[in-house]
Amino acid sequence: MTKMSFLLAGVGGQGTILASDVLAAVGLQMGYDVKKSEVHGMAQRGGSVTSNVRWDAKVYSPLIGPGEADVFLALEKLEALRHIEMLRPGGLVLVNDYVISPLSVSSGNDDYPDDERIRSVLSSVTPNSFFVAGVTLAESLGNARAVRGNVVLLGALSHFIADIPVETWLQAVRERVPTKFADLNERAFRLGRASMQERKSDWASHA
Amino acid sequence: MVRRFLSGNEAVAWGAWESGVRVAAAYPGTPSTEILETLAPMPNVYAEWCPNEKVALDVAVGAAYAGSRAMAVMKHVGLNVAADSFFYASMTGMQAGLVIVNADDPFMHSSQNEQDNRRYCKFARVPCLEPSDSQEARDLVGVALELSEQFDTPVMLRLTTRLSHSSAVVELLGTRPPERVQAPAYHLDTTKYVMVPGNARRRHPVIEERIAKLAEYAETFRFNRMELKDTALGIVTNGVAYQYAREVFPEASILRLGMTYPVPQKLLREFAAKVERLVVIEELDPFLEEEIRLLGIPVEGKVSAAAGGRGKSIFPICGELDQQIVRESAIKAELLPASARVPVVRPEKGALPPRPPILCPGCPHRGVFYVTNKLKLVVNGDIGCYTLGFLPPLGAPHTCGCMGASIGVAHGVAKAGIVERNVAVLGDSTFFHTGMPALLNVAWNRGNTVTIILDNRTTAMTGHQENPGTGHTLQGAETVQVELEALARALGIQRVHTVDSYNLKQVEAALQDCLNANEPSVVIARRECALMPEARKSWMPLRVDEERCNGCGLCFRVGCPAVVKSDVLDAKTGKPKARLDALLCTGCEICAQVCARKAILTRAQLTEAEEA
Repeated sequence: MTKMSFLLAGVGGQGTILASDVLAAVGLQMGYDVKKSEVHGMAQRGGSVTSNVRWDAKVYSPLIGPGEADVFLALEKLEALRHIEMLRPGGLVLVNDYVISPLSVSSGNDDYPDDERIRSVLSSVTPNSFFVAGVTLAESLGNARAVRGNVVLLGALSHFIADIPVETWLQAVRERVPTKFADLNERAFRLGRASMQERKSDWASHA
Repeated sequence: MVRRFLSGNEAVAWGAWESGVRVAAAYPGTPSTEILETLAPMPNVYAEWCPNEKVALDVAVGAAYAGSRAMAVMKHVGLNVAADSFFYASMTGMQAGLVIVNADDPFMHSSQNEQDNRRYCKFARVPCLEPSDSQEARDLVGVALELSEQFDTPVMLRLTTRLSHSSAVVELLGTRPPERVQAPAYHLDTTKYVMVPGNARRRHPVIEERIAKLAEYAETFRFNRMELKDTALGIVTNGVAYQYAREVFPEASILRLGMTYPVPQKLLREFAAKVERLVVIEELDPFLEEEIRLLGIPVEGKVSAAAGGRGKSIFPICGELDQQIVRESAIKAELLPASARVPVVRPEKGALPPRPPILCPGCPHRGVFYVTNKLKLVVNGDIGCYTLGFLPPLGAPHTCGCMGASIGVAHGVAKAGIVERNVAVLGDSTFFHTGMPALLNVAWNRGNTVTIILDNRTTAMTGHQENPGTGHTLQGAETVQVELEALARALGIQRVHTVDSYNLKQVEAALQDCLNANEPSVVIARRECALMPEARKSWMPLRVDEERCNGCGLCFRVGCPAVVKSDVLDAKTGKPKARLDALLCTGCEICAQVCARKAILTRAQLTEAEEA
């Protein structure tokens, strides 16, 4: 693996920034030059948010263009659909199996796309798309507000990047969550990683 | 040497601390806010939020007059507010270094307009430095202060959103120059610091000479960097655009300007002579391009009709650049072959429900707009979270221009003879920022504008900064808590109501009273932002009584993300009943007050049911 670009997308308040901070820290730990980019301010307050993390021997642009993301972590299903063209054809997309209804949907003016449509759109870009039960797994640990899907998703991702030691990931996670929730988050990470155990993908060989 | 992974904003704070900035002042504004937030907890530095950017710049100027290195920080439109001070500061110069950190917002991620503040530098004869990454953001603060002292001028450090909010590894010293034992000497020089016409006429030639000397200095400035490679194409670039240029054109020759005003004329001529085709890649205005063209050098980039240009641009004048935009523009202009294109699959997705930023669940502004809608009022809005109410279903405010505009606009509408009642709506921090003179104007000029101050006890939009009403300073000191009621009265308003934003009846009664009176009035709608730590402690999700709900849909009109349609249809109406999302609902009870059938159980009802 010589370089890697990660796109993260979700809804303001879901922990997109925490997840991208972890990815940046892991990249630095592995000896890469790293850049990370996100937008604050108006992007919060329940709106769509994206974050970019790039690892390379030398990173120039902090941004990822369409078709340039090797990995796409979608923390919400509609956001996966919204940004899928950012993924390199054949890249890896992990989707948190979780719905946050936009106002136009909850007020009945728009329809939320069904799973079948989401899966079919994603698979037209890559054979390597996987749904992760991020929130369900996090909730199984008993504290839905302390552990969120973001860490589960990172655990799932770690399964697909085999050459990074799991300890490197866990250290980056533990350093970025409140101390009292560090163990809980480690368990969430491991649940996410284990949930992908049977999944095989050749996505990295094309990177 | 310490290595840290820092955003551009954090790097600027470190640069300020390491180069001995003693006084820093700002008004929060995306994308610049984190600079002072990062600096404030550092030792031996004084940092404050000011009511607005003009005050912040004056504070920094005063500190620099008094011999201490100083920094003022603002977003691009903040410099519009501080422009008066920017110009006199250029005229007077100062005793110690003054850096004005200005963050432009290409693409208007969080702003009302795009503007290229390099124009201000040329306008006021102030040098402009532009970093291309976090390391340079840190380094150029110190350089700016040295230049400021060497040339007796304020210096602008210009950032953009992308630079402010992207992170990279930065090497830091981790130390700060030793503190002075004695206070710095304070030299009063009225010929320099009193800008009456006689003195000002003597100063103007001085600053014209100064900018000429700076242009000479720019020729060897080490952050103006020539990277000579293939000479078929030469690119002049600046800021974060350099990164896109390097990524898209790894083999081209590049002249990266770290000082974009004044430009190094000889260096530009030298570079232009070495390359076959010269283009400029810069965001927003064709500023460098115009400077190059003024030298008589043929150059391509973008065409500005505003500057009398004709023909086609290679790169867009609007919005932000990225490598994709640079690459596609270059392919179109035959700077690159079509084979340079990155393969992209753009699947047919159909229309997707949009997800714009919205008022949060429990936001105290929501109920106020519900009432203004009920009373069919035209709402002149302002800059803050409440602007987000403009989308359906609330659909208010109806105008929003810039900080403090609401009151003056509403007053002007009334003076134009419009009979529909207009109200002005602005937040507490925005009222302190520029709302106060406008309210004074309404009182003085016998207006009848109703001004609603949404007092959520914080500066919410930018992430909960202190303001003059909160009783705390940026560095956490307890201080006077300015009372909005007394302030409104002091500004000449006699009819002042204070209501709880969560109490719709109270809000409506107060507004009705103001509308019935033909005089200027103020309604202070007070309730702490629902995201404040104290407010979070009292969150309590409400519940819909499914038996009572008949799916009438009234509660959906408050536009709360926690109020959603349930899967259960009402047997009679066939419409979906309402449901409250327990993870989102804070228990503000706005929807419960709106419900005609009392189907949404209040906190009291739920507590009672639990106890029973």
